[in-house]
Amino acid sequence: MSGARAYPPGQHPDLPPPDGTVGPLAWARARLFSTPVNAGLTLAALAFLALVLPPLLDWLLVRADFRPHASARDCDGLGACWAVVTRQPLQYFVGFYPASEIWRPILAFLLLLGAGYVALAPHVPWRRHLAWGVALYPLVAAWLLLGGGPLEEVSTIKWGGFLLTLVLGVAGIAASLPLGILLALARRSDLPVMRFLATAFIEGVRGIPLIVFLFFVSVLLPLFFPEGMTFDKLVRALIAVALFESAYMAEVVRGGFQAVPRGQYEAAAALGLGYWRTTALITLPQALKVAIPGIVNTFIALFKDTSLVITIGLLELLGTAKLILANENWIAVPEEAFVFVAFLFWVPCFFMSRYSVALERRLAEGADRKRGPLR
Amino acid sequence: MSEGAGEVVIEIRDMHKWFGHFHVLKAIDLVVRRGERIVICGPSGSGKSTLIRCINRLETHQRGEIRVHGTELNANTRNIEEIRRDVGMVFQSFNLFPHLTVLENCTLALRHVRRMPRAEAETLAMGFLERVCIPEQAAKFPGQLSGGQQQRAAIARALCMSPRIMLFDEPTSALDPEMIREVLDVMVSLAEEGMTMLVVTHEMGFARTVANRVIFMDGGEIIEEAPPDEFFASPKNERTRAFLSQILSH
Ligand SMILES: Nc1ncnc2c1ncn2[C@@H]1O[C@H](COP(=O)(O)OP(=O)(O)OP(=O)(O)O)[C@@H](O)[C@H]1O
Ligand SMILES: [Mg+2]
Repeated sequence: MSGARAYPPGQHPDLPPPDGTVGPLAWARARLFSTPVNAGLTLAALAFLALVLPPLLDWLLVRADFRPHASARDCDGLGACWAVVTRQPLQYFVGFYPASEIWRPILAFLLLLGAGYVALAPHVPWRRHLAWGVALYPLVAAWLLLGGGPLEEVSTIKWGGFLLTLVLGVAGIAASLPLGILLALARRSDLPVMRFLATAFIEGVRGIPLIVFLFFVSVLLPLFFPEGMTFDKLVRALIAVALFESAYMAEVVRGGFQAVPRGQYEAAAALGLGYWRTTALITLPQALKVAIPGIVNTFIALFKDTSLVITIGLLELLGTAKLILANENWIAVPEEAFVFVAFLFWVPCFFMSRYSVALERRLAEGADRKRGPLR
Repeated sequence: MSEGAGEVVIEIRDMHKWFGHFHVLKAIDLVVRRGERIVICGPSGSGKSTLIRCINRLETHQRGEIRVHGTELNANTRNIEEIRRDVGMVFQSFNLFPHLTVLENCTLALRHVRRMPRAEAETLAMGFLERVCIPEQAAKFPGQLSGGQQQRAAIARALCMSPRIMLFDEPTSALDPEMIREVLDVMVSLAEEGMTMLVVTHEMGFARTVANRVIFMDGGEIIEEAPPDEFFASPKNERTRAFLSQILSH
């Protein structure tokens, strides 16, 4: 007989769960084969993977030729011909940045990882002190990449490939979030003039394709400044990307603000907090938390949109690949070049996506217990 | 009109308010002295919330005047924020800040408005959390608390600013019956300490035992104003009688 009744109330010891309710087998049964439809979907997905994956891996890796031949014609032709990448890998990463100075973009990249870690990781010792380093990073990176002083100067004309993609993407992201927040605040402002300006900017920009906007800024920007003052193409592209994406960001952030209940503003006001403190301490954190998926979505779109700067003559990652493929030695292997480019785009985007999921989890700690599960 | 001769802390004279064309408060006259406990009741939509929200200017009135501690409420934001620091408010729906712990909810205004150092603010806040009997919930987020605990946390948050007046807008009507008691107990002990309180509530037991005056509102007007024994025993106005018979029969 079970001993359940032998214990006084509140003293029942923990029992292990019944057999077959925990563990991988139980998980598979519950999640993958719970119903005939579910089992059918599982099997169909497995069959699809079995059909597609082996030949793909075979071509990409197993039978591929990785040797850095001088031309696609020298490849053995059994699988992918990676010579289009391995012959001149640096060009994909830094464009025409001088090979002798290659340590500078590498160091800038490593510092970016460090700054990113300090800014984004959940628990960083001495984050407050290290924050200064993060704030100074743009200056340090600009100096490293551009040169000056003891460092040989490297004009932005020579920058290219993944380096240019990262510069545009990271700077665009770092600028578009604060700009977007300011635009969203302006659009929600009580001051009609602010509201009108923000709305006009957002709706104006969102109605234009980025390619057109890039031309616009590229051509119009110099008109606003004294004659003779030349603008680096990269600076124009940065301004264009940041302004363009901030219009989208503003709407995402505004959506987050709409989700903050009126009671939050009232409670803050009742405590004597003014507009800026209420925004910074109460409503903005809540709005950003709600808006995380949309914000990251915009970041990812921005990162990939940077490839459009090719239209004003900047060769970022995709542009570099196209340039390489224009050489008759490589005309035959566009797939390999594009697969490599796609992979380099995918890695940071995937990282952003994972980071956003982890961040949502972290912020959901202590969230309302009435809310649904996070997926 | 009112007992005692304590200094006047709130003075409302011929105050009117409109929402668009809707005349929601009409010719409100009300004087509150220090230490008074005033209960405001009346049917839904009669303007009770709007009235007490005008006192800390969450709503703006359009005619007449409101003085809090002698300062007139007008469009001058600076003195509005100063007045709000002196007037605590507790809402029906708690309105705790969900992204902050209970302790952070309490210390936020101390640190960022009163510019108090963190450690000092936390000691003070813990004192008030003990006062409302939830010190063990300090590190939790509001979403992890029961309704009664949330409302007590909200009261502690308001008390942290050492307000001289407390406004309560139906503090117990979002609560399950078994939690109403714990919130009312806190309010009773506040009253015993001499806090000036304006309470919108339909808890007539609370009105009877704690209030010095009960105000009945209907259609945006103060219809009746009397000490509780008089108010419940012999209401003068027909509408008050109808309202009381309805609410007490529940
Ligand atoms: N922001 C607003 N805009 C327009 N009308 C409003 C607004 N707030 C309240 N009202 C209206 O003003 C009237 C009084 O509202 P108020 O919230 O003060 O009533 P109340 O007495 O507190 O009612 P309840 O007991 O339901 O809380 C109601 O008719 C309401 O619909
Ligand atoms: Mg109300």
